[in-house]
Amino acid sequence: MEVWQFNEQSMHYAWDTIQGPTKVTPPNRHCDPVVAHKLYNRYLDEWLLGDELGFNIFVNEHHASSNCMSTSCTLTLSILARQTRNARLLALGCPIANRTDPYRVAEEFAMIDVISGGRLEMGLVKASPFELAMSNQSPARIMDRYWEAHDFIVKAMTHQDGPFTWQGEFFQYRNVNVWPRPYQQPMPPMWITASGPATGKKIAQLGYVCATFFNGAGTKILFDAYKEEYRKTHGFEAPANRLAYLGMMVTGHNEAQVAERVVKMKKYLDIQPRTPPAWINPPGYEPVEGNVKALKMGKKGRLNFGLPINPTIQEMADGGIFFAGTPDRLYEQIKTFSDRVGGIDHLLVLSQAADLSHEETVDSLTLFAKEVLPRLKELKRPVETPPLQAAAPAGKLTEAVL
Amino acid sequence: MFISPLPDRIDVAGHSVECLMAGEGPPVLFLHPGHGVEPTDPYLAALARHHRVIAPSHPGFGGTALPEGITTVDDLTYFYLDLIEGLGLGKVALVGASFGGWIAAELATMGTELFSKLVLLDPVGVKFGGRETVDIYDIFATTIDQIPELFFSDPAFGKQALGNLDFINMSEASIERFARNRESLVLFGWSPPLYNPKLRQRLARIKLPTLLLWGEDDRIVPTSYGQSYAAAIPDAKFEAIPNSGHYGYIEQPGAFADRTIAFLSA
Repeated sequence: MEVWQFNEQSMHYAWDTIQGPTKVTPPNRHCDPVVAHKLYNRYLDEWLLGDELGFNIFVNEHHASSNCMSTSCTLTLSILARQTRNARLLALGCPIANRTDPYRVAEEFAMIDVISGGRLEMGLVKASPFELAMSNQSPARIMDRYWEAHDFIVKAMTHQDGPFTWQGEFFQYRNVNVWPRPYQQPMPPMWITASGPATGKKIAQLGYVCATFFNGAGTKILFDAYKEEYRKTHGFEAPANRLAYLGMMVTGHNEAQVAERVVKMKKYLDIQPRTPPAWINPPGYEPVEGNVKALKMGKKGRLNFGLPINPTIQEMADGGIFFAGTPDRLYEQIKTFSDRVGGIDHLLVLSQAADLSHEETVDSLTLFAKEVLPRLKELKRPVETPPLQAAAPAGKLTEAVL
Repeated sequence: MFISPLPDRIDVAGHSVECLMAGEGPPVLFLHPGHGVEPTDPYLAALARHHRVIAPSHPGFGGTALPEGITTVDDLTYFYLDLIEGLGLGKVALVGASFGGWIAAELATMGTELFSKLVLLDPVGVKFGGRETVDIYDIFATTIDQIPELFFSDPAFGKQALGNLDFINMSEASIERFARNRESLVLFGWSPPLYNPKLRQRLARIKLPTLLLWGEDDRIVPTSYGQSYAAAIPDAKFEAIPNSGHYGYIEQPGAFADRTIAFLSA
């Protein structure tokens, strides 16, 4: 199992003064730029430490959010591409259905890959519904736009024979010619996020890494669907580097210290309200069938990450939301959850959140790297040896990616 | 309201369109607002006592499929030209409410051969103010629970008209209509939000006798917006109706129908 250090780069000090939602609408006067300056640099320092400690690095982006100050995952990664030495660098991801210019996405990805010497992992996401308020892109046909952007980016990054023209429904370019081309050939590994089996199957067909966030009990259903579809499409088992899971993580030297750190980090889960109600599920973001089911059930979204009210540390770990314990217990929690979902290849850990201080974060990461990480690296999802010949012919794109 | 199937089907250029056909007399094409059209709509029932009323569900709305390639209000406008030509209605009066009023206004700018008169009920579709002015309330940044207070003068009446928004006890088919209509309005109206930047200058092309009826308490597009709309159309009359909101023709069907019928027969 590979472990990826993640931080949303929150501006959590603003939560003390913000009235109402922490995203989309809170006035940016609540964001003190001097505090933001210190926080950005602190978070970058923690990633530099993670690079030394043997973590890979995972960054994201949001907009108009006090929960996440990273407004561009490529911007954050461009700093880390230069300043880190060993870590793989994952953007998860670039919200391509919200980007008006996928050509630019391909260029930025390629540039980061070259500067980092081939350490980029490219993640593409649908983006949270509330992001549409800022991007102004339509929720209707969001996935049609997403897949056209995906197809364009793959072609732009892998095409080496001079300019090509793209005259799609959503994007038009007369002269596509990405310089530099990526360091990793034909292109860096691709990741896509999913929560349900339908998207999981699509990712399996493409042979990409399938990542899921705080998915708890839904994870096994998703991973099983991915593995089955992968086998059907490619004729052999999905390699043991295709399934990724995100949860929170903290460790400490004793139970009391862990409990104290959990309280500080859990504020990140508990802060409410986050999103203005209108932006939780704008019409068109989910398919009509999904909205019919939700309205029929009177549902307004998954509450409290599927956890009971005031969950214990063990309940949060069992739910796959927050792994927290002294090193031995933490290892057991992660292994138990991983076994339950059929094996995790990449564990993405939100390892700093809200009030966990720099010193505490450094201590937790260092202890984890020393006591837990080596044991997790030993865990390998069992995969049957691929047969000599694929039962089903892989598509051209898939061959290029595998 | 807005959740029952329409009884009739017509064919438009190979596409099956759900439709309400009622009454006899000079034809009226009713273009419904974003939430759809109800077969028992009292305003339409009143019109049907004097007119042949044709009230289709737009492509993507109600029980009408969304044909591939129809993604913009421009496409809907051409779709309705096909419908009018296909039905051989002769000169037809256009009556459009809210989003349907936008389509009706677009149609009316395209020529007068096919149309007799134009009636717009609280239409959207036009931008009058500056770049930092919100002319049309951003309904896409609101929740379902806000519909009664935003679209009706009397929110209690609006809520009742919307089946109390009691989705838990509503049939799945009805909820599907509601959810489809919301999604399709987003498809056609997301950005620019419920207007065509070109339509304002094109309104001068409308040569039809035009009546704009407005809900005096309209919270989506206020009466001042309606007056600007009327001023941009050469032969347009404007009247605001008391005790009615954006869906005034649902709230005060008698007052809206009386004026519509009088205007169409004049």
